[in-house]
Amino acid sequence: MNAQESLKRRARWRVPEIVFWLVAFGALFAPAGKHLLLNEIAILALFALSLDLILGYAGIISLGHAAFFGAGAYAAGIFCKLATPDPTAGLVVAIVAAGALGLATSLLVLRGSDLTRLMVTLAVALVLHEVANALPEWTGGADGLQGMTVGPLLGTFDFDLYGRTAYAYSLAILFVLFLLARRVVRSPFGLSLTAIRRNPLRAAALGVPVHRRLIAAYTLAAAYAGAAGALLAQTTGYVSLDVLEFQRSADVLLTLIIGGVGWLYGGIAGAIAFKILQDVLSSSSPQFWMFWMGIFLVVLALVGRERLAGGVRGLFARMARQ
Amino acid sequence: MSVPVSALETQGLAKRFGGLVATNDVSFRLEKGARHALIGPNGAGKTTFINLLTGVLSPSAGRVLLGGEDITRLKPEARVRRGLVRTFQINQLFADLTPLETLALAVGERLGEGTVWHRPVGGNALAREVDEVAARFGLADVLDMRTDTLPYGKQRLLEIAVAFAWAPRVLLLDEPAAGVPAAERQDILDAIAALPADVAVLLIEHDMGLVFDFAQRISVLVEGALLTEGTPAEIAADRRVKAVYLGEAAHG
Ligand SMILES: Nc1ncnc2c1ncn2[C@@H]1O[C@H](COP(=O)(O)OP(=O)(O)O)[C@@H](O)[C@H]1O
Ligand SMILES: [Mg+2]
Repeated sequence: MNAQESLKRRARWRVPEIVFWLVAFGALFAPAGKHLLLNEIAILALFALSLDLILGYAGIISLGHAAFFGAGAYAAGIFCKLATPDPTAGLVVAIVAAGALGLATSLLVLRGSDLTRLMVTLAVALVLHEVANALPEWTGGADGLQGMTVGPLLGTFDFDLYGRTAYAYSLAILFVLFLLARRVVRSPFGLSLTAIRRNPLRAAALGVPVHRRLIAAYTLAAAYAGAAGALLAQTTGYVSLDVLEFQRSADVLLTLIIGGVGWLYGGIAGAIAFKILQDVLSSSSPQFWMFWMGIFLVVLALVGRERLAGGVRGLFARMARQ
Repeated sequence: MSVPVSALETQGLAKRFGGLVATNDVSFRLEKGARHALIGPNGAGKTTFINLLTGVLSPSAGRVLLGGEDITRLKPEARVRRGLVRTFQINQLFADLTPLETLALAVGERLGEGTVWHRPVGGNALAREVDEVAARFGLADVLDMRTDTLPYGKQRLLEIAVAFAWAPRVLLLDEPAAGVPAAERQDILDAIAALPADVAVLLIEHDMGLVFDFAQRISVLVEGALLTEGTPAEIAADRRVKAVYLGEAAHG
């Protein structure tokens, strides 16, 4: 096999991927009831996808990724109130705003160990949280941003109470941005990120301008997180300070770790598992769902995702045989 | 009388790690198209010297010139872009990437495609070059294997191949055959012998025997400083060189 053929194979779509997206879009036509949850899943999946771009591809670990999610949410919310209620325009504004914030703060994460990066990203999110808290005339402060009336999608589809339009909107944006991310990670630029994550020194010795590539990746990921924040703001019609809270940064990191880092579908798989676990556990034991979540994570860490997935597959195979 | 411009040159290059002088006032010339070896016992400062040449470390004093141009302050990747490429003594390949991906990365960067984000890695020019480099270094059959599953000799060949993929003017090989089983060693020596004549090659070696077939000139580094330089015959006859190596043999 020559290089040309092998490289082509690298970019090919695989059957499970296609099946997954068909199911995701098919869920639009499911009977009303679960679309609000599906919308939350799609938003968390996009947020985790954004984290995967920097952690799974560029190798930058972050404990403050909510900074960009929150920036996008507030940008979309404020734009909706001050400029136009059109959601698509608001989404674009949020993407640009979060991307700009990513570009500005990327300089802080270029150098240093994982530990310094954890501290710096955490600090940026904390600062932003305080800024949002200190500017109630813009953000509504601790009361949240009230009075956002989001217009119909594409001027036609109203956001309904059951969340069907919301899910359609979030899923469409997730899909489009996923396609873009898939393209990016398989591109020459994506390959250089992959190399940087493995060994920045070695990548530089192969002529890769490490800092510039990291700046680009961080900015892109921030823009993605901003899009996720905007989707949350627009589909719930509300923004509160918790979009910037530490809990959100920690949740998205957990989500990605549950789903697996560095293969793009990890964010989606993690979001499905995280939200469904949250839904099931918090309805059966509302006070203790975090406790069970913690147990689940410990098991995941001890047993390992591959073995857990293998065990589940084996279980299904046994059940199918019986 | 004007001295012709050398491929790579250092002037008074020095590096201190705290109290330790790892590179001591080294003034060195690598001529265009040279086959030059830099030898010295373990700990002589050979790898440190390479790190100074390639910009991984910045010198405490002195200058580095590439084709007559001062590159002392340039970042590593900028030096690579100007044709100064190295291999690593300790394996630093991307373990879970394939040789194909590793070579495509280097060729892609050289073709200026590293910022291309909207289409997959590939294209005719890139694929052709990857195939050529792979064929030259005997890697065509293993392009799709994970790098860390390759025999060590193949990994060392990939190490040279990926540097070669940059079409360097100056190639620095840091102990390319170190740790390679005897059976696979000859492949590496052959690959080095077959490098194009217009590439200036500096071979860094600890093993003196290995360099005599290859080198037209040999420099000897001891405790960070250049002890002497000459033809292989001159170096072989040099008492001080013998003393250094005999001393090492006696110690270790
Ligand atoms: N980053 C560093 N910090 C401190 N000392 C170093 C560093 N790198 C190398 N040295 C020291 O410099 C000397 C030369 O090392 P090195 O260049 O690796 O030698 P060689 O490659 O000839 O075996 C050794 O004494 C080594 O311990
Ligand atoms: Mg060495």
